[in-house]
Amino acid sequence: MTEIVKARNVGMKFRAVEALTDVSLDVAPGEQVALLGHNGAGKTTLFRLILGFIKPTAGSISIAGFAPGSDAARRVVSYLPEQVAFPKMLTGREVVRFYARLKGAAPEDVQAVLDKVELVEAADRRVDTYSKGMRQRLGLAQALVGNPRLLLLDEPTSGLDPLSRQHFYELIADVSRRGCSVLLSSHGLSELEARTDRVAILRKGRLVADGPLAELQTQADLPIRIRVRAAAGAVGSVHAEIGGGRINCASVELCCARGDKMRILSKISGLGAQVEDVDVASPTLDEVYRYFSNNGIEQVQRGDIQCTA
Amino acid sequence: MHGVITIAATEIRIGLRNRWIILSSLILLAFALILVLLGSAPGGEVKTDAVTVVVASLSTLSVYLVPLIALLLSYDAIAGEIDRGTLQLVLASPVSRGSVLVGKFLGHVAVLAIAVSSGYGIAGLVAFFANGAGEAVALIGVGRLIASSTVLGATFIAIGYIASASVRQTGTAAALAIAIWLFAVVLYDLVLLGGLLASQDGFFARAVFPWLLVFNPADAFRLYNMSAIDALAVGSNLGGAGSALPLSGLATMLSPVAWTAIALGLSTVILKRVRP
Ligand SMILES: Nc1ncnc2c1ncn2[C@@H]1O[C@H](COP(=O)(O)OP(=O)(O)O)[C@@H](O)[C@H]1O
Ligand SMILES: [Mg+2]
Repeated sequence: MTEIVKARNVGMKFRAVEALTDVSLDVAPGEQVALLGHNGAGKTTLFRLILGFIKPTAGSISIAGFAPGSDAARRVVSYLPEQVAFPKMLTGREVVRFYARLKGAAPEDVQAVLDKVELVEAADRRVDTYSKGMRQRLGLAQALVGNPRLLLLDEPTSGLDPLSRQHFYELIADVSRRGCSVLLSSHGLSELEARTDRVAILRKGRLVADGPLAELQTQADLPIRIRVRAAAGAVGSVHAEIGGGRINCASVELCCARGDKMRILSKISGLGAQVEDVDVASPTLDEVYRYFSNNGIEQVQRGDIQCTA
Repeated sequence: MHGVITIAATEIRIGLRNRWIILSSLILLAFALILVLLGSAPGGEVKTDAVTVVVASLSTLSVYLVPLIALLLSYDAIAGEIDRGTLQLVLASPVSRGSVLVGKFLGHVAVLAIAVSSGYGIAGLVAFFANGAGEAVALIGVGRLIASSTVLGATFIAIGYIASASVRQTGTAAALAIAIWLFAVVLYDLVLLGGLLASQDGFFARAVFPWLLVFNPADAFRLYNMSAIDALAVGSNLGGAGSALPLSGLATMLSPVAWTAIALGLSTVILKRVRP
């Protein structure tokens, strides 16, 4: 099976600025990959390389076996830039029809994608009457038209409210179920809401992580937080038994490594009626992301405060 | 080819809804009507056909307004689209950069042709009927004016693309466009006049000036229209200098046509190097 995107040891230098260094990344057909990184990490640069707008200063990229920017490669790819302002004087339908024609898509595709992004009712209104969420959906409609094999979405959900964001990911999940690969960028894992197959993290132009989310969570091996609510009057003895810290007169909280989790939980269940409730919290996506984007140098906060003992 | 037509059609749509274009077309129409009314005022000495007089004054109006409308259409074509992210979308689809530019050019020229023909067409018809239906030949003069104004506009549209493709910000492109207009339409003639006054031996007037006059597409346009309507009857400013011109008649229009071709070629080369 040929990869849709195959990047090998890609480097990109803008005079003195090294935007990307030795990046190797594959995207398989139908796969959804999230590209994460802080501002200036090199996400947009990677997209521009994939589109063939710029040429890498090191390494190579191929799109479904074609050179980026070639006609064959451009037929495969669709793009939604970080910021796009469509001509205000045009209607939504006119905008989508324009890109449909450029891509050689069938005319009935226009109505189909407008329907998919729920813009049918607003389709004949001018773009300057659209809300931010509607504009973003129009951008997606433009990218979806013509059944691309690869969608490149540059920070598609930044600035959207949680509900629009969720809707956006549902749409993307739907296209990828039909075999379209999706490479989208974002600057936080929590924005993704664990919706992508794979996560690649860029830090200062280098790829510091690449794998399924669960794998990254294991790799980071961040402590797990266990909170125990003791029965009335038992908080002292519970604390003495399992350690950790008392956070109020009824609860004890402790952090432990992944591998210790079951041992501690069985100890807690051994306390019987002294324990009223147990709450186990795995590291949040944000904490995992922060771990990789800081390369583990800075302690993740929860580790700092409570897990040093 | 498909891409060229698609882009041209969309540019026409956008241009016809652009309020600056509408406004400047209305100004063109208003000026044209004022000139018609002044030209056909009763009591005026009517030596030549009134429509011909109107065509003469309209061609002077064209020299100033048509390049302005043209640059207004084109300065934003590349820089603005990069700014707004839409050029990236177009270039991500399988159309060549050459087609993008040709499509925009055809669309913008069409918008300009619509603006010019409606303005001058209405004014020409008003003049024609206000004078109790003059000679039909005079209407051909109006047609000639519209056609040559469109060619002049096409030249400045193409020159505007060079400005738009060479800079990254729309604001810079706009400033460049204004500078181009000011130089080609206003300053250039002043410099030539200065040269005429300064050169005492007449060498400049004989050997250099005619070439410089034809070199500027706006002056070439003026020369063509003056020669076409028999400049002697109406009188003109620079064209009446009496020098032997290197080009005459319709051949004068070779200057704007050549400028258009060169500017389109150059802006395509620049656009091919743009890294959006
Ligand atoms: N055309 C350019 N010229 C010089 N530096 C650039 C250019 N484009 C991007 N960069 C630099 O490359 C780095 C990565 O930028 P970018 O890919 O836009 O980051 P991101 O999209 O992850 O926020 C930044 O340091 C940026 O300043
Ligand atoms: Mg970016």
